[in-house]
Amino acid sequence: MSAEHWTRPSRPEGQAQNGTAPGHPAATSAAPTREQVIAGLRATSEGGADLVQLLTPEGQRVSHPNFDIDITDEQLRGMYRDMVLVRRADREGNALQRQGQLGIWVPLLGQEAAQIGAGRAMRPQDMAFPSYREHGVAWCRGVDPTELLGIFRGTDHGSWDPNTTGMGLYTIVIGNQCLNAAGYAMGQRFEGRVGNAGGDAAENEATIAFFGDGATSQGDVHEGMVWGAVYDAPVVFFCQNNQWAISEPTERQTRVPLYERARGYGFPGIRVDGNDVLASLAVTQWALDECRHGNGPVLIEAFTYRMDAHTTSDDATRYRLDDDIEAWKLKDPIERLRVHLVREQLADQEFLDGVDAEADELAQRFRDFCINMPEPPPERMFSQVYAQESPVVAAQRDDYLQYLDGFADSVAGHNAEGSVR
Amino acid sequence: MAAPTMETSTATPTPTQTITIAKGLNMALRSAMERDPKVIMMGEDVGKLGGVFRVTDGLQKDFGENRVLDTPLAESGIIGTAIGLAMRGFRPVCEIQFDGFIFPGFDQIVSQLSKMHFRSQGKVKLPVVIRVPFGGGIGAVEHHSESPESLFAHVSGLKVVSCSNPVDAYWMLQQAIDSDDPVLFFEPKRRYWEKAELDPTAEPASLFTSKVQRPGAAATLVTYGPMVRTCLDAAKAAEEEGRDLEVIDLRSLSPLDLDPVFDSVRRTGRLVAVSESAPESSVTSEVATRVQQECFYSLEAPVLRVNGFDTPYPPSRLEDGFLPDLDRVLDAVDRSLAY
Ligand SMILES: Cc1ncc(C[n+]2csc(CCOP(=O)(O)OP(=O)(O)O)c2C)c(N)n1
Repeated sequence: MSAEHWTRPSRPEGQAQNGTAPGHPAATSAAPTREQVIAGLRATSEGGADLVQLLTPEGQRVSHPNFDIDITDEQLRGMYRDMVLVRRADREGNALQRQGQLGIWVPLLGQEAAQIGAGRAMRPQDMAFPSYREHGVAWCRGVDPTELLGIFRGTDHGSWDPNTTGMGLYTIVIGNQCLNAAGYAMGQRFEGRVGNAGGDAAENEATIAFFGDGATSQGDVHEGMVWGAVYDAPVVFFCQNNQWAISEPTERQTRVPLYERARGYGFPGIRVDGNDVLASLAVTQWALDECRHGNGPVLIEAFTYRMDAHTTSDDATRYRLDDDIEAWKLKDPIERLRVHLVREQLADQEFLDGVDAEADELAQRFRDFCINMPEPPPERMFSQVYAQESPVVAAQRDDYLQYLDGFADSVAGHNAEGSVR
Repeated sequence: MAAPTMETSTATPTPTQTITIAKGLNMALRSAMERDPKVIMMGEDVGKLGGVFRVTDGLQKDFGENRVLDTPLAESGIIGTAIGLAMRGFRPVCEIQFDGFIFPGFDQIVSQLSKMHFRSQGKVKLPVVIRVPFGGGIGAVEHHSESPESLFAHVSGLKVVSCSNPVDAYWMLQQAIDSDDPVLFFEPKRRYWEKAELDPTAEPASLFTSKVQRPGAAATLVTYGPMVRTCLDAAKAAEEEGRDLEVIDLRSLSPLDLDPVFDSVRRTGRLVAVSESAPESSVTSEVATRVQQECFYSLEAPVLRVNGFDTPYPPSRLEDGFLPDLDRVLDAVDRSLAY
């Protein structure tokens, strides 16, 4: 596939540039015009010639001089299954929010390949520091999709154990996790868990931080890259450039392609087709290996697209064009692998149907789990604020529970009285 | 003010020696690093230079660059990476060079450091200590004399302490490093060079408790950090006028240990709370609120406070007026006794 495939539609011939300054669409309550949306676009949103791709949107295997990969048919089918299942859970999440079962949902739609590719590149001993959209990465780390629900239903802030899963808890403050990841990776290096004999020996480890294109404007992401570089930390910075930070296009964050920023920090930056699960896997595997050998960090920009709104609270029609979405639908990551599997006769209808049936089961289990989740008890509010309990918090808990008991007594007493008469 | 250089500290302390606060802190760091290989120092200039106040003097030489990290110059970076290191099992002690420079790191402190234990329901512990030389009185330029401790005392999930003398400096810092909770450790920078006798075999008071530093019967002064010295001096001056003041050092600002304060106020009937910070919504506000809740019938006078002002810290030629001094403290005592 040529690089042109990735070029954004340019302003139609002969259409005069309107008076709008770049990046300053005229104030209007109507949906933006195409010109308004692309006004101010620079080369930054193009895939460009540097894009690593191993599977064309038509599902053809292509080779790449630096990122060839050995992969079994079984692994390919496995990644197809991964993507179908996380997409189904994601769609169910959206539906549950619409039905009032979840307060909000953060959709993953369109970013399955980037996340499954990166997630499957990880080894059990590696550590992921996610943002809040990393449902596919969580899946690869063995975090069941039902464990994501509490965050969005409001019963917890993430119930999995980062120590046993190698998956950090979701981070909502944009960019914070890049520094936490750099610190964790520094620890891996200090403990001598990089560069051991054989390079990819089991005692070697790496860390990967996930963040968006908008996050790259945050100081913490910059500082994370400074720290990672200065301490030669085994950390992969995995930016999912899904083109939007809520309503702000990537052009609002940067003048240069994001992967090129790595040069300024003194480590490699690579742009990968984030809708190509094979390329995402190959590039991330390479990057994690570089880290394990002691050659980190690496910046990966997975060039992808957020097919749904930012969250269920967002109205993407106010800032985004249907044409764009239609164009990106042609690059759908799951369809791409499905076509490949079928064309190469790596999967038959029975397999595809089996995956769909599994997805139906997962959706059902996800929904049942959500609807039947118990409400957290009031004492949960006070639980584990500190490792060593604070007497102040303990006293507030006791007072509050006693206060609540007062109600329970009067209600119970009332009922008892009523039932006696 | 140029920070005097300390001589490099030697191994574990010999029984009873005269030390400064800075030396006590240095000895505490050394002792913690000797005891636990997971304890690491990080901050700007903490290695070769030994910190701008020389509190980490000699540590990098003895423990190496992987345990005493001269970091890049970014406070969010220092605290954010300390969080990751703590998740990895390390016990980082971060030095913030001066109080006014903690704010670039404020986000990591309130968004991640303070909440990770609660968020993960105890699965992730962050035993991180952040040392902050704080307070005024050193004739410095802007951002070098601030008292931001109340901002952190307000944040749930953090513990906030402040030492006031060499003995507490020595013990409290080691206890803070041992704590599995994140601790903001405020050091009274203008008192760094004050001396006292340390008996390292004595049993230390527990970290999150307040302490009566001087018993008295006429009125209670409650304070912490650099103002403890000021209040003790005020009590000494009052004694010459025949007034017997009790001085309580809070030591822990979050959680507050107010039982000794309540006991004291029940005996004296009078409380003056003193700190350098801006008074509105401060640690002294909290003390005043809770004392009036607990000791309402014992109070002979309203709780009075002596603080800095609700202004930005002034140019240093004005700081003597901004900072509570012996006279302002005694004036408040007079007003209290006049009720
Ligand atoms: C520090 C901070 N500021 C603002 C927000 C609100 N917010 C949530 S997501 C978001 C956009 C993030 O965009 P990007 O980094 O590209 O990630 P994406 O959501 O597209 O995956 C904003 C502004 C936030 N969570 N944190």
